[in-house]
Amino acid sequence: MELKVFFMILIGTILINNYVLSQMLGLCPFLGVSKKLDSAVGMGLAVIFVMTLASFFTFIVYKFVLVPFGITFMSTIAFILIIAALVQFVEMVIEKISPVLYNALGIFLPLITTNCAVLGVAVLNLKSGFITAEMGLLKAVVQGFGAGVGFTLALVIMAGIRERLELAPISKNLQGLPINFIIAGLMALAFLGFSGMKI
Amino acid sequence: MNYWHEFVKGIWERNPILVIGIGLCPTLATSSSVSNALWMTLAATFVLVFSNIIISLIKGIVPPHLRIPIFISVIATFVTVVDLTLNAFQPEVYKSLGIFIPLIVVNCIILGRAEEFASKNGLVASTLDGLGMGLGFGLTLTVLAFFREMLGANKLLGLTVIPGFEPSSMMIIAPGAFITLGFMLWGMNAYNSRKKG
Repeated sequence: MELKVFFMILIGTILINNYVLSQMLGLCPFLGVSKKLDSAVGMGLAVIFVMTLASFFTFIVYKFVLVPFGITFMSTIAFILIIAALVQFVEMVIEKISPVLYNALGIFLPLITTNCAVLGVAVLNLKSGFITAEMGLLKAVVQGFGAGVGFTLALVIMAGIRERLELAPISKNLQGLPINFIIAGLMALAFLGFSGMKI
Repeated sequence: MNYWHEFVKGIWERNPILVIGIGLCPTLATSSSVSNALWMTLAATFVLVFSNIIISLIKGIVPPHLRIPIFISVIATFVTVVDLTLNAFQPEVYKSLGIFIPLIVVNCIILGRAEEFASKNGLVASTLDGLGMGLGFGLTLTVLAFFREMLGANKLLGLTVIPGFEPSSMMIIAPGAFITLGFMLWGMNAYNSRKKG
């Protein structure tokens, strides 16, 4: 019974309410890092990691610091600082473990801080009422993980399409951002099909 | 320094959405209706102008390596002000904009202007820059919302536009947003290359 709830959260965030294609969160990295498949995968993994951790820490801080002290109006400021610290940490870890990946991700690693999908998942965890729910922490973490996976899925599909698009003859004015938006629109249309899913 | 130029450059020449290509998430998500777009413009411009003012005032005392966390804290403070004010006085608007009010914090336009302009320029220029960029953002958002609301709901600010026209609800949700912005950018590229050629 409990397992089913977590499964529903996962399917919901990855496919039905995909963060990029249906909630329109995290578009800057979605369009910025989807040029090459390799860097898209790397960026996706970094985002999954940061989102899962961010869900965990923002939940803990909200429930055990902000609520007892009655300063829940500070949540936006607290969340963004937590996320900024986390991203700094992830950046240092990746630089140590894989300099190649670090070079490939380049400017986009610090930009995860301003990836609205990460702050979005923290805020959405509050709005879903996980704070007072039973096993709320686990639900929040699962939602964070699922959101990251959904983001990565969209990013990787987009990168795959864009790699093929390089060979296609596209009219000059349509090249670059315009065609990418139209492709994203068609992908969103495809993902709309999942919204009919009953679980 | 030409103050007029600092103000107008955000509207067309350096339009944050169409030319620089930042601040896309709120653009697409809050352009489902013209009234949403106008409220979002108001909220984002307020944060943009006041964070530019504060940052241009404190630029001398901010240590360079700590500037990003400080800028983000300033921005987050003003976002909290907007968040609480809208929640208290305009609960309907607050509900329909949803999480995109707290997400103004991570709107790249605001941090981008703080980093690129307000931390290097004086008070008046930074205020005008904030106003101009906010206006450029708002105009793009409103044009986008105009097409989406008209085609997707056949309504503008609650009034029916063409009686008997069957709207396509796809334009209100995500796919319509992506495709409309794609066509807008295409049109702008076509206009620019025609002017050059």
